[in-house]
Amino acid sequence: MALRIFTGNRVADGIVVYLDDAGGWTETVSQSRLVATSEDQAAATEMADKASDDAVVADPYLIDVTEDGGEIRPVRYRERIRAYGPPVHPDFVKTTPSDTDHFTPGGGASRPSGDGA
Amino acid sequence: MYRYDPLDQRLVDERVEQFRDQVARRMAGEITEDEFKPLRLMNGLYIQLHAYMLRIAIPYGMLSSTQLRKLAHIARTYDRGYGHFTTRQCIQFNWPKLEDTPEILAELAEVQMHAIQTSGNSFRNVTADQYAGVSADEIDDSRPYAEIIRQWGALHPEFSYLPRKFKIAVTGSPNDRTAAKFHDIGVILKKNDAVETGFEIIIGGGQGRTPMIAQTVREFLPRHDLLSYLEAIMRIYNLMGRRDNIFKAKLKILVYKLGIDEMQKLVEEEWNQIKDGPLKLPQAEIDRVAAHFAPPPFETVESDPRAFDIHKFESLAFARWARTNVAAHKQPGYAIVNLTLKPTGGVPGDATAEQMDAVADLADRYSLGEIRVTHEQNLVFAHVKEADLYRLWRALDEIGFATPNLSLIGDMICCPGLDYCGLANARSIPVAQRIGKRFADLDRQLDIGELRLKISGCINACGHHHVGHVGILGVERKGEEYYQITLGGNPAMDATIGDVVGPAFSSDDVVDAVETVVTTYVKLRADGERFLDTYRRVGAEPFKERLYPEKTDAAA
Repeated sequence: MALRIFTGNRVADGIVVYLDDAGGWTETVSQSRLVATSEDQAAATEMADKASDDAVVADPYLIDVTEDGGEIRPVRYRERIRAYGPPVHPDFVKTTPSDTDHFTPGGGASRPSGDGA
Repeated sequence: MYRYDPLDQRLVDERVEQFRDQVARRMAGEITEDEFKPLRLMNGLYIQLHAYMLRIAIPYGMLSSTQLRKLAHIARTYDRGYGHFTTRQCIQFNWPKLEDTPEILAELAEVQMHAIQTSGNSFRNVTADQYAGVSADEIDDSRPYAEIIRQWGALHPEFSYLPRKFKIAVTGSPNDRTAAKFHDIGVILKKNDAVETGFEIIIGGGQGRTPMIAQTVREFLPRHDLLSYLEAIMRIYNLMGRRDNIFKAKLKILVYKLGIDEMQKLVEEEWNQIKDGPLKLPQAEIDRVAAHFAPPPFETVESDPRAFDIHKFESLAFARWARTNVAAHKQPGYAIVNLTLKPTGGVPGDATAEQMDAVADLADRYSLGEIRVTHEQNLVFAHVKEADLYRLWRALDEIGFATPNLSLIGDMICCPGLDYCGLANARSIPVAQRIGKRFADLDRQLDIGELRLKISGCINACGHHHVGHVGILGVERKGEEYYQITLGGNPAMDATIGDVVGPAFSSDDVVDAVETVVTTYVKLRADGERFLDTYRRVGAEPFKERLYPEKTDAAA
């Protein structure tokens, strides 16, 4: 099973967040709770559903990630832009590790989402 | 400009309080995201990639300096210090908190602004010519009619759940600056043989994944019948437009499927039933609204071409700007000034709170406190005395809004793309920035001449790529960004949809491809030909040969 994490936008301010090990929601992707087995997924899904029901996070969903030495990195380009961007605005770009260019495309097709134009 | 009457104000104030309650219930978990989403969209609030996004309507692009200062205040207080002017004369903020939005909307209501109908399947912000009322080439002022349409369409109960979003543009000039032919309805002011103002009505235009040019449904509509005729069109669309397939839900698809003749028959039948009803516009009502747009008290000032020439002689930069960014005003001694929000390497359409405040101050000093927003993501001062042009240019240069590139290759339309937008497939802003840097030499831009380059990060075409003389569409293939180039698009009255020139280019290659297109044009152009003229004369083939030499060689 591929490594995955839960993400969504926080209801109060819309900021991108990730489910963490304690069942809370963090803005830092590397602090995400990894889902590696079907048991992990069942437990994480329960937490994500509760966060959705409690209006903490809007529409949480699973994304594919890689994990290397504690660094968790979304596979898909779109999700890396969510995690670290917007790349066009350097003031708002989140910390990036020195050896990786998060904003290099790649990682497979991603399905656009959102509210329309 | 138009000032709210008590009814307008009450409607907006009540909407703010209604939304305040909806937000409180959402924050308390009393309503789900699925239940809340249509409510927030009705108030212009999206969820984008990084955060909420609030889109605020600027009806037909007109702003007072007071309103612009309020937008600056909102950017500074509730957002991250900047806003983005859109391709439909709106502004959007990229980082508002849900919990703050009721207060933002309350502050907007204080200056007669709102975010109603800026998203969802609604009747969107009515757009109009940014030169309305001041250009020498217009038939009549389009703003009173745009305002009448706004009042009729605001929270119209019959049109609250349309099959898709619905866009109307109004133009009073044969030199269309609104892209009217790419709207669901285009309202084009005309005079009949009796020199009475009326309208040509065109319908079924649009961009997106199926670009279509609007067709004439009525050659001349008397002005008193404007609302009943629009209502007849909307009714046919509301009844017959598809709701089962989002990609086939727009009016353009209905018009295409029925054919313009059948569509016209249905509209006229409906119209004949309602045209003499309560929607008949009395002249007194037209006059009442038009009074809000009466010409301002212009001073009697003489043109002083000598002083102007001296400044141009002394400053090459001023001379360039005066040539590209200043347009003729119908009042002697006055000029129209374009503030391009396209500094080299910048984000097209972005303005910081400080820039907005500075523009508001300059509008008070030099343009009767009025600012206009264009669909090409620029701003306009419509009433500048020629004698003030030099001082204004110096002040605009200080805030970065005096780049002399209006309608040149540096003056790109560009959607937010994958840097911000949840729908996007590819980034568009960095492509615009790289093209801007490649063509940074203003002398070169001037030599290239009029070239409208438009970039979209997905097929929804918010960046108008279909109607760019050169259009760029970002697409994704297996996670990689590619950019498809179209040539020969044109949003004006002689509208055309750009031709896809060939396979898409990688992100690394797309700027070189634009360079190839430009150098090919420069080589082929005849005296006085714009890019579009040359393209229409020679067609796509010479461009293909240079863009895809391997393919051409293989075929030979």
